[in-house]
Amino acid sequence: MTGLTGLLELRSIRFGYDDAGPRVLDGVDLAVDQGELMLLAGPTGSGKSTLLGVVAGLVPAFSGGTLSGEVLLDGASVLDVPARDRAHVIGYVGQNPPAWFVTDTVEEELAFGMEQLGLPPTTMRRRVEETLDLLGIADLRQRDLRTLSGGQQQRVAIGSVLTTHPRLLVLDEPTSALDPTAAEDVLATITRLVHDLDVSVLLAEHRLERVVPFADRMCLLDGAGHARVGAPGDVLLDSPIAPPIVELGRLAGWRPLPLTVRDARRRARELPLPGAPTERLLDTTDRDAVREVRDDRPVVQARKLVVMRGRRAALREVDLELRAGTVTALMGRNGAGKSTLLWTLQGRYGAERGTLLVAGDDPHALRPELRRARSGLVPQTPADLLYLETVAEECAASDAGADAPAGSCAALLGRIAPGIAPATHPRDLSEGQRLALALAVVLTAKPPVLLLDEPTRGLDYAAKHALAGILRDLAEDPAAPRAVLVATHDVEFAAYVADRVVVLAEGEVVSDGPVREVVAESPAFAPQVSKVLGPGWLTVAEVAPALAAAR
Amino acid sequence: MARDLHPVAWWCWAIGLAAGASSTTNPLLLLLLVAVASVCVVACRSDQPWARSFRLYLWLGAFVIVVRVLFRLLLGGNDAGHVLFTLPEIPLPDWAAGISLLGSFSREELLAAVYEGLRLAALLIAVGAANALANPKRLMKSLPPALYEIGTAMVVAITVLPQLADSARRVRAAQQLRGGTHGRVRGLRRLLVPILEDALERSLALAAGMDARGYGRAGSITPAQRRSTGALMVAGLLGLCVGVYAFLDHSAPRVLGGPMLALGCVLAVAGFVLAGRRVRRTRYRADRWRLPEGVVVASGVLVGVGLWAVQHWEPLVAHPGVEGTPGLSLLALASVLCGVLPVWAAPPPLTVARRELVPA
Repeated sequence: MTGLTGLLELRSIRFGYDDAGPRVLDGVDLAVDQGELMLLAGPTGSGKSTLLGVVAGLVPAFSGGTLSGEVLLDGASVLDVPARDRAHVIGYVGQNPPAWFVTDTVEEELAFGMEQLGLPPTTMRRRVEETLDLLGIADLRQRDLRTLSGGQQQRVAIGSVLTTHPRLLVLDEPTSALDPTAAEDVLATITRLVHDLDVSVLLAEHRLERVVPFADRMCLLDGAGHARVGAPGDVLLDSPIAPPIVELGRLAGWRPLPLTVRDARRRARELPLPGAPTERLLDTTDRDAVREVRDDRPVVQARKLVVMRGRRAALREVDLELRAGTVTALMGRNGAGKSTLLWTLQGRYGAERGTLLVAGDDPHALRPELRRARSGLVPQTPADLLYLETVAEECAASDAGADAPAGSCAALLGRIAPGIAPATHPRDLSEGQRLALALAVVLTAKPPVLLLDEPTRGLDYAAKHALAGILRDLAEDPAAPRAVLVATHDVEFAAYVADRVVVLAEGEVVSDGPVREVVAESPAFAPQVSKVLGPGWLTVAEVAPALAAAR
Repeated sequence: MARDLHPVAWWCWAIGLAAGASSTTNPLLLLLLVAVASVCVVACRSDQPWARSFRLYLWLGAFVIVVRVLFRLLLGGNDAGHVLFTLPEIPLPDWAAGISLLGSFSREELLAAVYEGLRLAALLIAVGAANALANPKRLMKSLPPALYEIGTAMVVAITVLPQLADSARRVRAAQQLRGGTHGRVRGLRRLLVPILEDALERSLALAAGMDARGYGRAGSITPAQRRSTGALMVAGLLGLCVGVYAFLDHSAPRVLGGPMLALGCVLAVAGFVLAGRRVRRTRYRADRWRLPEGVVVASGVLVGVGLWAVQHWEPLVAHPGVEGTPGLSLLALASVLCGVLPVWAAPPPLTVARRELVPA
């Protein structure tokens, strides 16, 4: 397939931040053909974004480091061509679109790239209209970019590079910050571009379950700087990162691997499975011990809670109860009020009406140190919490701040994420490690309630499983059971970790119940295993023992 | 229909106001001028972040007046007049002849300091009004492509600076989640380190994003040509600045005035022409110059010319002195009040709510 139709070709790309240190990319060869959707996958920190930056021309110009190898566009080397002079062929959309917006409105943003190319105004008018229609955002044209939702922003960002008619679209985790429905919209848009416009797409993504069905081929980075390229069905056979549907396929021994829910469903009819489990299978802790730990009195109790942000009601009459020993997932659209609810439980926002008790008190009326002793919150950007030069200093500072015996925080960190060198700079930690450090820092004050805001952003499957294990351990800690509330868009993670799910929409609780029931009621929040095997099944870990028993 | 007025029109209006302010020390006129600027800002500003910066300039104006008075108090001579109070005088050694610190402070001194401070404050506030009203991003689009680096820096600053406030709020809240407040320096560090890291990351991301979307494309231009064009333009602008300064300040050497101004103009124009010829960049829905723009500029010009005329023909009104009560004249009042025309002439500003109402 390569050769004649090859649009982009990378030859033995090597990249490292300093010559002595390990290479991020070590001899990567990759070719993207015209009209192909290439998926780039790999564990956290395996160099996906770096590789995309190399293609766009932003690495090493904006990152530093040394790059060697060859980047060919239509057979001609573009290694020394800066990003701005590749813009007419390559459209690059980075991880956080709002940080990229240059202008104020949707229409101006779509036109920005074309203005730089010097296209005549009539062409610009026409292409803006076409792009607005293509992405289904015509009604947003005059809108202020700051007021758009996450999914809308992502589509505008894609549109803003599409107007220059690039032949290759490079997208860095386009759906990572989006709720499931918005993510599906964006992916549908991307596939439509591939079909209608013959655009090639190179797309990096953590949540493979969302994109694998759309990919023509995939490139798997292994974490040591090497890449493997092939059809998704072949690469995923033994890939260390795999979506639940592939794990299910591996478990059941299906060949070729099913990549879409429809394929898997067809194969699943032959599985000798008993009825679905009715209660969460706990493989980490003894179930009776957990029952004892679970307390019937709620640690968090909210009644008809109304919270205003400016003149808008961000939460409307929310009722919520959290019990020690349980993990609750908080889901809902971007902007549905999840963060507001977490910060209200922490005490930052006061209630306009209604009552809120966290460990017996209204947190908004408490001083910060008393709030910390009642609830620990890990914010969306854990780096906001950290300000010192080494992990050891951070730990010591949080011991001192919480009046805890020296070493408490370090011990917690050792339990949550063993093996972090104390002399490491917090900025140099991986996403997962930084999250663990922030978690240890807030847990040092021993709060009975733990709140996490979107903790799975940027984590691969292994890191997410590890986090789920940590959260369950923390919740079911026999010495100090905690109530854990996790705001997340990740349905697979929620199915894996949570006992209960609370869904918010427009600031109201629209469903609240055991994870199995909520997920069965709402297709948007159903994990892949549920979609394949029917309501009741949540994770591959549940299917495995049942299948083994049946065989 | 709601739209952004051409940013250049706002700047012309503000320069008119500033010119007017610089030709009078009459406190009544200056206060009226500040009021006019404030009314226009409140009536015509959008809800973008830069529109909120006006209050900062008001504070800056107040600060200038206070500093002016304090300096006069510290360094002021002992001229005759109505002494308000007397502080112990500190004579300086002989080499600083004629200067003594503190001493008596008269009403005349106070008034003179306030008048001068007020003039400077009015000037600053006029600039602040332009800053709050003109959309800097659209203004930047008029920047020649040869100044690519400066353009990037400007966009990054305009976009990232307002975000610092959001970032600060977020980090403050996050830092409350962990214990320990050890003194001010440590406390400040806890806020500054994450905020600056965040700002740096955002700036880099935005610059990379602009680059990836073709901002500053050289087209067929070579780096050497671009550098020479840039050098020509920077030199030209510097020449312009020096020339304008020398032209206005009569104590500067004459040779710096007219010739420098002319040289600067020639260099800058040459740079613009060269840059414009080599780099192709177009405008989508360029701001057009329509009637409201003309009226706004005219209102600024009227203020400037009117107050200049007052200074010329009615010097007692323009510079009332500190002995008597400042007076007013019809011409002076009418000139200053011309500045309020934009309130009716300018189209309603674009706000979040209005943008959603604009028909597709």
